[in-house]
Amino acid sequence: MSIEVSFKKKLKYFDIDISFSCAKKNMVVMIGPSGGGKTTIIRMLAGLEKPKEGKVVFGDDVWFDSLRRINVPPQKRRLGYVFQDYNLFPHLNLYENATFAAVNKKEVDELFELFKIAHLKKRKPQMVSGGERQRCAICQALARHPRILLLDEPLSALDAITRRGLREELKNLKGKMSFPIIYVTHDITEALYLADELLPVVEGKNDNQWLQRMMTREPSSEVALRAAREPRLTLVY
Amino acid sequence: MDYLAIYVTLKLALVTTILLMVIAAPVAYALAYYRFAGKSFLEALIYLPMALPPTVIGFYLIIIMGPKGFIGKMWQMFTGGSLLFTFIGIATASVIYSVPFAVQPMKAAFSKIDRRLLESAYVLGLSRKATFFRVIIPNSVSGIAAAAILVFLHSIGAFGVLLMVGGSIPGETKVASIAIYEAVEMMNYQAAGMIALSFIPISYAFLILINKLNEGARS
Repeated sequence: MSIEVSFKKKLKYFDIDISFSCAKKNMVVMIGPSGGGKTTIIRMLAGLEKPKEGKVVFGDDVWFDSLRRINVPPQKRRLGYVFQDYNLFPHLNLYENATFAAVNKKEVDELFELFKIAHLKKRKPQMVSGGERQRCAICQALARHPRILLLDEPLSALDAITRRGLREELKNLKGKMSFPIIYVTHDITEALYLADELLPVVEGKNDNQWLQRMMTREPSSEVALRAAREPRLTLVY
Repeated sequence: MDYLAIYVTLKLALVTTILLMVIAAPVAYALAYYRFAGKSFLEALIYLPMALPPTVIGFYLIIIMGPKGFIGKMWQMFTGGSLLFTFIGIATASVIYSVPFAVQPMKAAFSKIDRRLLESAYVLGLSRKATFFRVIIPNSVSGIAAAAILVFLHSIGAFGVLLMVGGSIPGETKVASIAIYEAVEMMNYQAAGMIALSFIPISYAFLILINKLNEGARS
């Protein structure tokens, strides 16, 4: 199953006009400066915001089509969506959070083992670290058996060391998953490390030039440039 | 001591609280989450009983609940009796009198919930209704409890409205505040003092409860 997306929407300072696709087992990383419309795009994909024009087709299902007036609500899209730092419900402990919409509770135990948070099951989200919260948020999203996984800056609220660890776990996870993954970040290193495909977004539009410019300005531009050309081969940091 | 009046008071306060929690929750939800034309006018109308003198509310309630009023007529059609001077009558009056005290804290509690939590619930597949019961309610427990306690204490203290709508029928509409008033009128200070004294532990206990709830909400 793959997803085909095209969106148009007027924002206050610029217009979003973008189209992209993501095949199963593939990770598309949307990268670009903050305030460039990345989050709005992923929210439209999830059905939390309505584009002015466009189309979202997942496999044979149409999630959104402005011409045919189709707009499937987020509840029916069966997504996994990990936000920056506010997925978890404060009145529930980690385990209750992860099983909140789980298809099979036994899987949550396995996921907790995999993400090394099994010992924190009974803790409330505010009693664990940011990294542990994000691990739990990923478990919550996966336990739902999503058809696609959306990750919106899932590591941005974490400190550098935790971020690097979780980034590796995400990369391992990616290999095991059979659905498309769309990942949003403003961090170029993170993007290069994780991406199968890069989608630079500047002011709501796909802008490959921007990525080139950014990387020639980076100190390790040689390596980074090669990384941009061959993201699959690069493990640089 | 007039135990009957105290019993009627507590029964009235309890009935009012339970009814208002159910009635106010959807109203507060709509005020907290929806935008619609004339919202601020509707909101002001809901809070009006707080700003009006109880006798004014009582007067209009007599008009609409009386045999010629809209609600009074309907009631007569279905039950054959009068709504004025009955317990159900004063319960209705008490509910209307306390509406703002239920809606306002609940609305505040609902508005405080991070919208993104609701979006997270929607993405996880929860309908709006399920989100209300599984996310909004559990995350605004202290606000709902505050609303309940405010309504309860406010209904215990009601006097003018109840006197006008219900009169003073022992066991039916004679609440403790009316019993105190009547005892004082008859110069029976001992009877008045006994009832008045019984309020102190009740109100005190509720204040302690509020404190406990606030502590619970903070931890």
